[in-house]
Order: sequence, then structure tokens, then C-alpha cells
Amino acid sequence: MPEIKVTPLGAGQDVGRSCILVSIGGKNIMLDCGMHMGYNDDRRFPDFSYVTQNGRLTDFLDCVIISHFHLDHCGALPYMSEMVGYDGPIYMTHPTKAICPILLEDFRKITVDKKGETNFFTSQMIKDCMKKVVPLNLHQTVQVDDELEIKAYYAGHVLGAAMVQIKVGSESVVYTGDYNMTPDRHLGAAWIDKCRPDILISESTYATTIRDSKRCRERDFLKKVHESIERGGKVLIPVFALGRAQELCILLETFWERMNLKAPIYFSTGLTEKANHYYKLFITWTNQKIRKTFVQRNMFEFKHIKAFDRSYADNPGPMVVFATPGMLHAGQSLQIFKKWAGNEKNMVIMPGYCVQGTIGHKILNGQRKLEMEGRATLDVKLQVEYMSFSAHADAKGIMQLIRMAEPRNMLLVHGEAAKMEFLKGKIEQEFSIDCYMPANGETAMVTTNPSVPVDMSLNLLKREMALGGPLPDPKKPRTMHGTLIMKENSLKLVSSEQALKELGLNEHQLRFTCRVQLQDPHSDPDTLHRVYTHLKSVLKGYTIQHLPDGTVMVESIVIKVSSSAEDVNAKVLLLSWSYQVQQSPVIFSSEPFNQFLFSSSRKGFRHTR
Amino acid sequence: MKLYCLSGHPTLPCNVLKFKSTTIMLDCGLDTTSVLNFLPLPLVHSPRLSKLTGWTSKDGTVNLEKELKECAGRVFVDSQPEFCLPERELLDLSTIDVILISNYHCMMALPYITEHTGFTGTVYATEPTLQIGRLLMEELVNFMERVPKAQSATCWKNKDLQRVLPGPLKEAVDVWTWKRCYSMHEVNSALSKVQLVGYSQKVELFGAVQVSPLSSGYSLGSSNWIIQSHHEKVSYVSGSSLLTTHPQPMDQSSLKNSDVLILTGLTQMPTANPDGMLGEFCSNLAMTIRAGGNVLVPCYSSGVIYDLLECLYQFIESANLGTTPFYFISPVANSSLEFSQIFAEWLCHNKQTKVYLPEPPFPHAELIQTNKLKHYPSIHGDFSSEFRQPCVVFTGHPSLRFGDVVHFMELWGKSSLNTVIFTEPDFSYLDALAPYQPLAMKCVYCPIDTRLNFHQVSKLLKEVQPLHVVCPEQYTQPPLSQSHRSDLMLELTPPPMPYRRCSVLNLPFRRRYERVYILPELANSLTPNEVKPGVSVATVSAVLHSKDNKHTLQSVPKPPPVAPSKKRKRVVEEPPVGLAPKPLLSGAVPLESFLVTLQKHGITEVKVEETPDGHILHLQAEDTLIQLEDDGTHIVCDNNEPLRTTLRDLVLRFLQKL
Repeated sequence: MPEIKVTPLGAGQDVGRSCILVSIGGKNIMLDCGMHMGYNDDRRFPDFSYVTQNGRLTDFLDCVIISHFHLDHCGALPYMSEMVGYDGPIYMTHPTKAICPILLEDFRKITVDKKGETNFFTSQMIKDCMKKVVPLNLHQTVQVDDELEIKAYYAGHVLGAAMVQIKVGSESVVYTGDYNMTPDRHLGAAWIDKCRPDILISESTYATTIRDSKRCRERDFLKKVHESIERGGKVLIPVFALGRAQELCILLETFWERMNLKAPIYFSTGLTEKANHYYKLFITWTNQKIRKTFVQRNMFEFKHIKAFDRSYADNPGPMVVFATPGMLHAGQSLQIFKKWAGNEKNMVIMPGYCVQGTIGHKILNGQRKLEMEGRATLDVKLQVEYMSFSAHADAKGIMQLIRMAEPRNMLLVHGEAAKMEFLKGKIEQEFSIDCYMPANGETAMVTTNPSVPVDMSLNLLKREMALGGPLPDPKKPRTMHGTLIMKENSLKLVSSEQALKELGLNEHQLRFTCRVQLQDPHSDPDTLHRVYTHLKSVLKGYTIQHLPDGTVMVESIVIKVSSSAEDVNAKVLLLSWSYQVQQSPVIFSSEPFNQFLFSSSRKGFRHTR
Repeated sequence: MKLYCLSGHPTLPCNVLKFKSTTIMLDCGLDTTSVLNFLPLPLVHSPRLSKLTGWTSKDGTVNLEKELKECAGRVFVDSQPEFCLPERELLDLSTIDVILISNYHCMMALPYITEHTGFTGTVYATEPTLQIGRLLMEELVNFMERVPKAQSATCWKNKDLQRVLPGPLKEAVDVWTWKRCYSMHEVNSALSKVQLVGYSQKVELFGAVQVSPLSSGYSLGSSNWIIQSHHEKVSYVSGSSLLTTHPQPMDQSSLKNSDVLILTGLTQMPTANPDGMLGEFCSNLAMTIRAGGNVLVPCYSSGVIYDLLECLYQFIESANLGTTPFYFISPVANSSLEFSQIFAEWLCHNKQTKVYLPEPPFPHAELIQTNKLKHYPSIHGDFSSEFRQPCVVFTGHPSLRFGDVVHFMELWGKSSLNTVIFTEPDFSYLDALAPYQPLAMKCVYCPIDTRLNFHQVSKLLKEVQPLHVVCPEQYTQPPLSQSHRSDLMLELTPPPMPYRRCSVLNLPFRRRYERVYILPELANSLTPNEVKPGVSVATVSAVLHSKDNKHTLQSVPKPPPVAPSKKRKRVVEEPPVGLAPKPLLSGAVPLESFLVTLQKHGITEVKVEETPDGHILHLQAEDTLIQLEDDGTHIVCDNNEPLRTTLRDLVLRFLQKL
């Protein structure tokens, strides 16, 4: 039985360093190659030795697919391809290909230049790695090789995020990456057709959450920002440069416009301008509304949002600052946080999920005293708010996707074990399909049961379809018969006659003749005619023919009469039929039929005698 | 498999393919050359046009002075221009399941086909094709609707009258089927039926056929199409290009192994080299500007104009034209320029790389930013106040019959300082200019047609090797004006099958196999047996299920055990239909071994007699004859059923069963 194997090297019962190995139909695929934000040691990258202990990555993997540009999905890519060594194709969408190297470079700078780490990938390695990237378009079927094909679907989440279908023969797996089932202010909702994969590998960040409506969350967010500004406080919103940032910018921009607010909004880092450019050039990846109106008004040209300078943080008066990175684990957002943390008028709004170990995670869990580097502690007095704006599907969304794709099995990654367990139960209960949740390094095996494609001779098929009538009748299944020829890699189903011909074999005719002795004074032709008329009267509903060559045919049984040379009255009735004789529909097989014929013949003649 | 040809225009095709159980329309081209028979539609009152004399036949018997006007020796219809539609009588258009669009120029007849014909199918096109196609339609509607014409000329279409008209009106075909432009409402309704597809996306039609668009390299989002089942493949090649311009390069290798390749949309200018034309365009433009004249470029608002602007971007500085204003006037000018920048996925590699930076892929963004290129929806409004001469104006429509271009022809036609440069190959420039004669303005013809030429296409066909080629009849002979140029036609073996408007071709196809799926349970129950080295056979008895054009074979269900019931059931009259038939036999029965076998079964008294074809065995004790031949065995005995069965089974031991 063919099997599909799924082994997470990262994101198994965890969020961070997504990296999932899939073996399907003899092909090995790596899905995502991310880093873990919560670790600074070896654990920040997936454990590639799982593969490399047996040989090179390039030999093992047929391709690598990156779902979107978030570092927990692509952060280990240059390490994997350039330092561990992989030379095969890496697939990602155009926006991901454009944005991913910038985020990687950013990540590298923070790690190497600021933290002074060595033994890390270099700028050149990022470039070399990106040369191995093959861009993917939505819905395009990419033939990785003769057997392996992949296809990308829109995933929402961030610009260019994709779900991928991996298909070998009739077996398939869908990997969602991160996705969002509700459209937001700048992106559309994830969509997939009813592709019935053998396994659907889904993220499960919000496995146990069912979020209230987006509108409510937006209202809440705006209310909190507004209140804080009104009382002269400063609002820090840690974000990642691309993604939520744009959505929240659009939200604040329209709010500022409507309420005619004057407090400045800043966006940190030089990325802003550039980031917005990407949105403008890849506008086809945004939502319907933005795409429709972009010629008149491009939503990514902001009037109220200005670039941030480090010195502004000490300016008096209210302000809103978007600063990177989103989990307060390094960089500008952390610096501003340290500055503003002491004042209770200020506020920090965490708009997304925070990985364990980050300051974001700590303050969200209510920690009010933070240990900083150099044994200093930081008292957190400002208000801490959490607003789930990160565009992951919630439990409802995950169930919705399952309904869309109709998978045969489900596999959860990118979530916390306890939450997964809960969702697994729900899925198994609601859809009665198996649900797996392997930990890192564990392998889930799913047995598939693919149908065997064969080429059926059109003659045979048409004959069967014609016999079957115009409509299938479930109560009366019809049986068809044919010969399957297996030659090299081809499977052909043909009629037996055609099979003989195609194989260059002679048919061997097996015939039987049965002699029946009887006494009849008439001439041979007359005897035959008497047999004929008698059979006609006895065997209703059968084709009985008297042929000019001096034979009678009952269906395909041939009857002849001959008389012996010595006694003209001693006739021999010869009944001859072939091995294959079988009338359909028949009440009888050939032998009983003959019995019947004999008895009736004899009986008949007795009558006449 | 049949092909219905609804258009005779080789670059604006409209064919219908009946393939398996589907009816597929390939492109929906609108032949706009018919508008050349009409008078231009001026945007502002033109005294010259309104003073033209009406036409009456020489003998005075036919008077059509209200409908036809004479201008510079030619006769034109004074009415809203009309288009020559694809044939609508050849087959019932409501039976069309899908329409595949190859590029935005080949979809302009869509509203005529999808509206008011009972069409209920789906249209497939790429996103750039849809968006730019929509712009071109919107522009066309706008051109027509902003200068409404009160009267509609119909009398001249009368067959008896048309016969006496001067050419080319006299030769115009099917004039009674010509139609006015559609409305925006019809455009929107037609385009709402479009479903977007990406290159190499596999789209299943009713489970019977798979269609897939391939990059054709001609324009943004332009595609060729593969229409295939598991065993048959038709390639539809429409406007394609191998030149390096802005679109993604043409995908050639996917066209391989086609049974039939339908070839349309070759270059209309087989002797004009696009690069040479581009050079001529630039030099003529510069010359005119330097001499203080204006340059008019009648063009479509998408397509080659992007390349022209890119070429000018590099040329402006070197030719010292930095201060010359460039104007692009069209109701969709802004949209066209904006849309061109957002289709990174559909662009050539160089342009994609720019988007990654991120920079706009086309340099016209910079021309606009630096105010060198300005765009306006029409000559009215801002343009009239900001307009400076000498200048370069890009505007439509290239037929010179409607759109803002009419105004510039009237305005600049009288001065020999000005130049009109034709770059679009769709219209003969002499015909286009006819209603403006006499003209003082210089006319330059630089048609830029990047589509495949005959040399490229024969190389391509050699590469992809289709079994049969179908093409418009125009491609099977050299052009009329260059009848000696045998290099300007398709020469293939076997020769291509030509079509013309209203042809119905039987495509040379023999479908022999269909893909069916054997369900795992049945597959596991099969017992293959090797008949030759490497060849195995297995007899299959199965239930065939056909649903949505997909066929599966399942195991024959075992009859449910008859429940012992006290109720007397009606005697089942029909036993399970279709008992397994006896297999066909093959091989021969070897005499010696057979005799040994008989002996083992107690049949010892056997008399063997040799015949020309084999042997006759006389089983004396049983009074039975067995005739053994290479391709047959005949058992003759009395009515002794057990004996016959035994003998039969012994014979079968030596034979292969199929």
C-alpha cells in the first residue's frame, strides 16, 4: 500500500521555524524553512541533520516550497541552502520572492551586526540562495519533474502568501502555510477548490479561538488608540514591516481622516516606503476593493502617516508609532518600549501572536517586571493591550477550509500541543477523518489507496455504455468483461478479441459436437425442417434460424442432420457449439440447454412417431 | 471532432471546436476593418465633412445621397461605424460551453456572442487579458457614444443597391449582418462571465477535457491554449511572439505532441522587421519635431504603445527632445498606464527583476513623474488648456474613423510640417487616410507587428511536430501582392488544412482509448499472468460506473445472501445479468503431452490419425473423436456430459485464457 509520510522538523506542536518534510509517491518535498523567534541558539533553525545524517539535502529533496515571507517560514532558507547545502529548486510566489530577501537581510543585520554573532549566513549567501528560487503564480500547475506537480492557491494572511497542493499521480497533499479565511482591509480570504487531498496540513495558531467579528476588533482598536491620544498618551504598536502594518495603517489613516485628528502617526524604519511600494506593484494580490479602485486612489499612499525618527520618541504630546519588530524581541520597537514603559498614560498594543521567550509574550502574560540585559529590571507601567489582528484562521476558519477542500486526512502543525489536541478532537468528531499532530522529528504515516488509471479501448467502453442504457441503474449493475494488458508502463483494457490481436496471438477454437441418434423416415432436409418447426414451437423467445446451407441455428448452436449410409432412417443429429457459447441473458448455460434440446427433440419425434 | 470557422480574418479568429462532448469557442475576434467604409466621427463639428456631396449612381437611378458621401473619389457610409461580426448562423451559439480567449485583441466580439444568443457558458481568460480587454472595449464604447449619430444608414445594404455601388463597398461581404457597437452594459454583462486563469493552470471541463493556457509572448497575459484529454491533444496557437518585448516569453515546449495544431494570428507584416520599424519611427518623429511640426501616432491604448514609450524613454535625451511634450489621449489612458505596472507575474524576466527592487516595471512611470508624458481622457477639459505645440500625440482609434485621432487629423492634416506615423498593422494606412484626402501632412508607415513570421513559425512547427496543422487559407498561399514570395506561406508535409469563413472541418482524429480508473479493491483482486516476456494479461470482470465523464471500474458486488424468509418471494426471473463469459483461448494443444494426460485419466485406447492440419484422436472405448489442430480443437461425442466436461478441462490445461 502506498504511504504518504509527513515529518515536521519545525512547527510540530509548536509555533516557529516551520519546516515540514513530506514524502509522497517517492518524492521528498520540504515545506517552508523558517526560524524560531524564541531561541538564539541552535534551536532557532530546524534540525536538518534529520536528513543530512543519511546524505546530502540536494540528493534527498526534490524541491523546497516557501509559503510566505514571514521569517518563521523562510528565515532558515539561506542557512539551509548555502550552509547546509541544497542546490535544487525553491518555489515561492512573486511577492514572496521580492520581499523575502529584504527581511532575511534585516534579520541577518540584527543578528550579526547588533548582536555580534558569527557563523551566520552572509548577504552574499542570501543572494545566492535567491538565485535558486523559481517564482510561482497562483493556480499555475508547475511540473517540478515528470511526476511531481505543485499548484499555489491564495492564502490571504500576508501579501503573496500561498497554500500549495503537491500532487504525484493521484495522491496529493495540501499545505496551507499561514492563512486567513476572512478578508481584511487589504487582503482577500484564502480559497481552495474541492481538491480532496489525501492529507491537508494546516496551521493551527488559533486552534481554540473563535474570534468575534473583525469590525468589533477594529472598533475596539480605534477606541483604545483614540482614548490614549485624548489623554495625551503615546501609543506603540509593534508590527512586522509588511502585513498587519499595512492593514492597521489603512485603518488608522481612514479613522484620522474621518475624525480629523491631528496627533502624528509614525512608521519606523526605512522599510515603510519600500514596503508600500510592494503593495502598489503587487496590487493584484490585495483584496477586491483595493484592486478595483487603485487607478483612482491607491490605498497604499498614506497622507497622515510619516516616517519615524529615533529622536521623535522623546517629543512631548501624543503620538502613534508603528515600530518593528512585532514581538518586542529586538530593534526599534524594543527601544521605544523601554522608553515609554514607565508612564501609565502610554499604551502598547500587541496586534499579533507572540512567541514564547519574547518580551511581547511576557508582558501579554501579565509580567510587570522585566529582566533586561545587564541585570537591569524594567518596570512596566504602561497599558498593555492585545488585539488579535494577525491574520490566521481561527477554529471556525480551519473547519471552513476542511469543508472546502474535503481532505481524507488532516494534519496539524504551527500551533500549541494542547490547543491542537482540542481541535483534533473536534475535527475527528465533525468530519470523521483521522487527524494527526506529529511533534518535531516524529513521522505521521498515512496509507493511501489510489485507483489505478488504465486506458480502456473506446470500442469496449462505448459498447458497455450503450448496453448500460442512457442512465445508470444502481439496482442493476452491469458487469463488463475485458482483458487488461500490462506492458512496460502501460495498462490497457481491451476486449478479449482485441487483446489477442494486439498480442499477436492466434485464437484457439474449442468446439464441441454432440451426436444424437434418431429414427426418422423423412429425407435429411425434411428431418431438419421438422426439427426446426418443432424447436420454434417449443423454444419461445429464442432466435432460431433455418439457414440455406442446410443448418438450423438456435442462438449460436448449430444443428445439422445426416443419415448413415446403411440405414436411411437412422439419422444423426449433430449439435455443435463453441466453448464460449453463452446467450445473454440466458436462463441456461450451454450444457443444460443441450439437455433440454435433446429431450424436447426426442419428445417431439416420439409425438410424430 | 469538428472545427467550425466563424471568422475569415486570420488575426482576429473565431473558431468553434467540438471535442469529445464539449463545444469550445476559440477566441472571439471582431473584424473592425469594416469601419473603413464609414465616414470619420468628428468630435467637434467639421465643416469639411458636412459639406461632402451625397452619392447618386451615374445614371441617376439610384439615389443614396443621404447615406453615402463622396470624398476624394471614394464613397463612404455616413452613419455610426459598424463591425463585421463572427458568423452566427453556422451553429447554435447557445450550445457553446466555454470560450477561450487568447489575448485582449481577440475578445472584442465577446458581447455579441455572450449576450442575446442564449449563451450560458463560461469565458476563460488571464487577468491582464480581462482587464486590458475591458479597457479596450470601454474605450470603443466611449468613442462611439460621445458622438452619437442621429441617423443610421441601412438602405445601402439592400442587395440590389449594394450591387451597383462603387468599390470597395460593392465587394463588402455580409453587410446586412454588420452591427453597431455594443453598450457598456453589454460589456459588463459579457465580462462578468469571465473566469480568470493563470498560465499552465489546468482547467477541467465537465471531466471530459482539460484546457490550459500557455504564455504566447505577444502581449500582457496573451496565451495559446492546449485542449486535451488523456489521449488526444489539440494546440491552439493564436497571436504569439518570439521577440523580446515586455511580455513573458512564449512557452513553446508545451505545444509538443499535438495531434492537431490550429495556427492563427501570424504577423500581418511579414516583410517588415519590427526593430527596423521602431528605428524608423524614432527618426521620423525626431525629424518632424526638429522641423517644428507635430507628430500624430494613431494607436491602441495598450500593447505596442508600452514598447514605443519605452523606446522613446531611451531616445528622448539622445535626440534632444527633452522639452517636447508627449501626450497620450484616451478615455482609458490613465488606467492602461497604471494597469501595465501591476502585472509583474506576466512580464518578461527583466521587468520582473525591477519589480523585486521594488521599481515600476515600465519606464513610462518615470516619464509621467518628470512630466514628459502627460495623459488625458480626451481633448476636452484640461488638455485644451495645457496643450503645447510642437508635440507628439498618441491616440486612437488606429482606423482614423473615431476617437480623438479624428480631431488631430482635421487639425494637422493641412500642414506639411506635421507627420502621422502609423504603427498598428491592423489597417491599411491608405484606406485609413482616404476620407482625409487631400492631405498636406506627411504620412509614415511603420507597422510594428511582433507576431510570428513564416520563418519563425516553420521553425516552431519543426520543433513541436504536430501531426496536423489547421490554418486560415491566407497562410497557404503567398500574399496577392507578392505572389512570387513562396517564403511568405506555410509549406508543410502533410500540407496544412486550410479554412475560411464558414468552413466546417472534420479534424483527422481517431480516438481509440479513454482513461478509466480501476478502484483499489478490484485492482488487488486481479491475477495477472505473463503471456510473453514483459507482457502480462489479466481478465477483468467489473462494474463500470460513468459519472461526470469519469469512468471507474468496481468489483462486481456479491449477490446478497437470500435471507431465509417465510414470505414467499416472487421467483427471480432474471438471474444476475451477465455471467462471466468464457475466456477466449489461445495457443495449441501438443499431441504427445495431451496423450499422456489422457492416459493419466484412464483413457488409453487412442488411435491417432494424421491429417493435413493436425491429428484426429479416436477414443475407441468412448466412441469419441478429438480433432487437434494448431488453431482449434473439436470434440465430437455422444450425449455424454461428464465425459465432455472431462475432455474439455483436459484440453483447457494446455491453452492460454484471455
